[in-house]
Amino acid sequence: MRNIDEMLIVDQLSVAFPGRQVLTDVSFTLQRGAFCGLIGANGSGKTTLLRSILGIQPLSAGQIRIDGVSRGNGFGSVGYVPQKIQFDPDMPLRALDLVELGLTGHKLGLPLPSKARTRLVDEMLAAVDAQNFADQRIGNLSGGQQQRILIAHALIRRPKLLLLDEPLANLDIRATAEIVSLLRKVASEHDITVLVSAHDMNPLLGAMDRIVYLANGRAASGRTDEVVRTEVLSALYGYHIDVIRVHGRVLVIAAGAANEIPAAIEQHTAHVTVIP
Amino acid sequence: MNYLIAVIFQPGFFVSGPVHTAMIIGGGAAIVSAWIGVFTIIRGQSFAGHALADVSSAGGAASFLLGINPMFGFLGMAVLAASAMEFLGVSRARERDLVTGIVLGAGLGLTALLLYFDVTTRSTTGAATSVMFGSMFAIPASIIPAVLIIALAVVLLVAAIYRPLLLSSLDSTLAEVQGINVRLIGLLHLLMLSLAVTLSAMTIGAILSTALLIGPAAAALRLAKRPGVAICLAALIGVGATWGGILLAYDSYNWTPGHGWPVSFFIVTIIFAVYLLAGLPGRRGRLGIPTTNRLMST
Ligand SMILES: Nc1ncnc2c1ncn2[C@@H]1O[C@H](COP(=O)(O)OP(=O)(O)OP(=O)(O)O)[C@@H](O)[C@H]1O
Ligand SMILES: [Mg+2]
Repeated sequence: MRNIDEMLIVDQLSVAFPGRQVLTDVSFTLQRGAFCGLIGANGSGKTTLLRSILGIQPLSAGQIRIDGVSRGNGFGSVGYVPQKIQFDPDMPLRALDLVELGLTGHKLGLPLPSKARTRLVDEMLAAVDAQNFADQRIGNLSGGQQQRILIAHALIRRPKLLLLDEPLANLDIRATAEIVSLLRKVASEHDITVLVSAHDMNPLLGAMDRIVYLANGRAASGRTDEVVRTEVLSALYGYHIDVIRVHGRVLVIAAGAANEIPAAIEQHTAHVTVIP
Repeated sequence: MNYLIAVIFQPGFFVSGPVHTAMIIGGGAAIVSAWIGVFTIIRGQSFAGHALADVSSAGGAASFLLGINPMFGFLGMAVLAASAMEFLGVSRARERDLVTGIVLGAGLGLTALLLYFDVTTRSTTGAATSVMFGSMFAIPASIIPAVLIIALAVVLLVAAIYRPLLLSSLDSTLAEVQGINVRLIGLLHLLMLSLAVTLSAMTIGAILSTALLIGPAAAALRLAKRPGVAICLAALIGVGATWGGILLAYDSYNWTPGHGWPVSFFIVTIIFAVYLLAGLPGRRGRLGIPTTNRLMST
């Protein structure tokens, strides 16, 4: 079988919810082994796009191919770490049980102990550096620790493509840096293509080699320095946007009187700085 | 020592037919409630469990009126209510609570009417107490096979879908990603819940059956660190409380000569006490039973 260079092809994808067009004509391609950031403000459609790739979101138009195969349903070689799961501290489940469910969650019958599976779980825990708290209840772990366990839960099926939805939200600076370098390490060691969503691109700047930028329901993609530019983002937002680089950080700024700035940008002030 | 045993186990306890029947049906109800109750709590559907139980009382009241075995009344009404909830079903927790509450209200209204007919046509208040609070020593032995079949069916079904049920109860997106039909699992859970509720409605009454469904499972969740351990522990607590309650109720014939106290009172009280004890500091999540050398210094 030919090894296709494109791991993910999103072709003219549109998604609408009743009375609301969320994604319009989104197209981009991820090469095998890419580490890509999916950047957009709150409500820009990041989760919707990831759910579409997983095949658990009905599309209004467009096509998605993963490793040369059209997406039918969510089951397969795609790993997924969902946005903000709150595990109750009372859940009777150890972190390592959750990792194991990543492999066996769909299986029928009672779980029987298996040496091979235990070894695999241990291997995944080691990959995400979680052995120290693997035996604790999942609900008692910190946000960063839960994030690691969820990554192991997704990795254990050996996906070729790993989607992570806002894995850095709610993490402090140190935990953010740890998770980013962990993702980089996992991606190169296990030869996985990674697509990670974030509302702030700065923590990912050093790690990602590609970017998909969502605004106004549309997307621009390419290398970071190709996409995060005044002309490209201005075209995307349909309004003049300045991109400023200072101290190795990127600021995206909409300048103008408050009543002139389109609502689409104003809503996105979490990501775009509006200067009146 | 022998004297103590003689006081606790009053003469006739072990040879009494009604006691045997009560112990078998109560034990079955406790085990089924534990198996499903743990998942019900993890899913955050305790209120749905309570509503199903309350609504099933309408079926119990109807069967008194029709003179059929109350089990079929409870069962029919619980399954009907579960279908109604699923039909009106909504995924958002808040709306789900509303739908549950509305189904609950409608069901209890029907119960009020049917119990009124029970009382007026048969001029007895026994039906109301029996439907709402149970009358374990009055259960006919002929119902045992049917109860055991229902219990076995629930236990086998939970065992069959154990992991998909667990994962979708923890987080529906994680389950969906693995190709699990979350909706179907939710429906099966509601169905098993209505079976569990039927059994415990017969045991300790429709109103109190939530206690058997939620109480032991909640206490077990406080103690256990793994789902399997939680289920076994909940079953143990449930059966212990039920049998203990039957024993105390039997004994209570001697405390107030001529009439014993209701079994349900003792069962619910024991469950409540166990739940309080399980919450004592220093016990949470201790029952992990480590199988490997994973216990770390933390
Ligand atoms: N099930 C749904 N029904 C209706 N509208 C929806 C639904 N899910 C999402 N939306 C809408 O689609 C838009 C995009 O939502 P989405 O969750 O994809 O955004 P996001 O980029 O992930 O946001 P965030 O950063 O807050 O997670 C939002 O405006 C949201 O209101
Ligand atoms: Mg989102």
